[in-house]
Amino acid sequence: MMATITRRKKAVIMLDDFFTRAILAGVGVALVAGPLGCFIVWRRLAYFGDTLSHAALLGVALAFLFEINITVAVFAVSAFVSIALMLLQRGATLSADALLGLLAHSALALGLVVLAFMTWVRIDLMGFLFGDILAVSKTDLVVIWLGGAAVLGVLALIWRPLFAATVNRELAEAEGMRPDRANVVFMLLMAAVIAISMKIVGVLLITAMLIIPAAAARRVATGPEQMAILAAAIGAAAVIGGLFGSLEWDTPSGPSIVVAALALFLLSLVRFPRLASSRVVAKTIATDAHKEGLKP
Amino acid sequence: MLTRSDSLVTLDNAGVSRSDRWLVRGVSLTVDPGEIVTLIGPNGSGKSTTAKMALGVLAADEGTAVRRSDLSIAYVPQKLAIDWTLPLVVDRFLRLTGQVSKSAAEKAMEATDVSHLAKEEVRTLSGGEFQRVLLARAIARQPDLLVLDEPVQGVDFTGEIALYDLIKQIRDDLNCGILLISHDLHVVMAATDRVICLNGHVCCSGTPTAVASSAEYKALFGARAASALAVYEHSHDHIHLPDGRVQHADGSITDHCHPDDGHHHPSEESRDHAG
Repeated sequence: MMATITRRKKAVIMLDDFFTRAILAGVGVALVAGPLGCFIVWRRLAYFGDTLSHAALLGVALAFLFEINITVAVFAVSAFVSIALMLLQRGATLSADALLGLLAHSALALGLVVLAFMTWVRIDLMGFLFGDILAVSKTDLVVIWLGGAAVLGVLALIWRPLFAATVNRELAEAEGMRPDRANVVFMLLMAAVIAISMKIVGVLLITAMLIIPAAAARRVATGPEQMAILAAAIGAAAVIGGLFGSLEWDTPSGPSIVVAALALFLLSLVRFPRLASSRVVAKTIATDAHKEGLKP
Repeated sequence: MLTRSDSLVTLDNAGVSRSDRWLVRGVSLTVDPGEIVTLIGPNGSGKSTTAKMALGVLAADEGTAVRRSDLSIAYVPQKLAIDWTLPLVVDRFLRLTGQVSKSAAEKAMEATDVSHLAKEEVRTLSGGEFQRVLLARAIARQPDLLVLDEPVQGVDFTGEIALYDLIKQIRDDLNCGILLISHDLHVVMAATDRVICLNGHVCCSGTPTAVASSAEYKALFGARAASALAVYEHSHDHIHLPDGRVQHADGSITDHCHPDDGHHHPSEESRDHAG
């Protein structure tokens, strides 16, 4: 009994430490961003992620204007932008990348203009652009972990239809996977991730947390589920490495995390000659054996 | 005929239009369990559009397309590009749209001769290999309705015949309905129960021989196409048995096709060895 109480006390004291909170928050975000980032990479939506995160700043401005919760406002604006994008694409007179550019930068500009109008509001713009992970509160932690768990849960539910739709929409549709429904849910999940991770790395670097771990995982993964788990792990490693780096060398925390992720990506590019060549040899032997087996 | 309730899919006077132009119009067809229905027609005649209506991928702008409820469908699309960023091995690809039992997956891969590719990444396969993997994926689903959009692309002539034999085999094994699309008139006929000839509308339909001899068919494809059909019927006077031997029309069984039959494709000899 005594032991449990002391352990709990210790845990509470640990949470009082801003650095521990930062690590917990960052890891929570990375675990969600990794799997979603895989879909961003597979579906070539990197620019879409960028658009949503740019639009997040408009969400911040609106939150101050209407005095509502920032996370909720950012989620609402991101969701609105992704639905708007879907509808605009249907009546397409512009290409997807032009539409994305249009939405991204108008939302960003709109956000900055609205903020400038509210002269009574003094906010640290840099904090929103590049994140302020060291200022994460206990409430933020709860939002990140509960929100993140919800996002991952929903993603697991729609995983098969979403992945099937990623491979081929018509095939998924024909075989009863309802790809359009999965796509809409995916967009909402993206909006949720932007909303909960904005405070950690900032609107300008969220896309990096989505894409870089997934890209690093691609080099080693042999299956989609494996790649998602790897991306989550690589993201978490980048958060821990980046934060310790920023503590050590007194560098800004958000960018340090991204730099750590980049380092892991570069590491994944390194070819391990012995491993690679042995695989090729094994494959050659297998193919030869197959050919032999075919001969009468 | 169109009101039969046991049909897997029923199109009734169905059509699809895009920006005031009818891609295809007035198509009525049914596919029953255990039946192979083939859609033929020139390029742009609405074959794929018709198949997509039957699948429910495209909604009919006119008429109706009704599928039996809780129908399990497998679809082999005409084109399928796998993005190179996707880490996807054949084995996992077979489970793309639903859980597939290990034995069903293995049987399907054996039937299409791709068992040795099970652990290969899909994007590294050759065109012909990928085509067979697509077919294996469809078979492994053990569907009620199988829709094949030009399944023999990039497959050579003998491979094509083997593939149609396989499709017939699938129908016999699973007793599923098959909707087959082909622009190739030479070889589809033997296994087909009903042919529907499209050219923006149903130009003619019926048994293969009835369609081939109909005036509309000859007007659309020319007399040469009709004679090509006749040639094929003659050429298929022997059956390739599972053990690689050949059973001839007169019932005799030999190790190979007779070299003096006079209808062999040069590469068939090597295929017999491989089989």
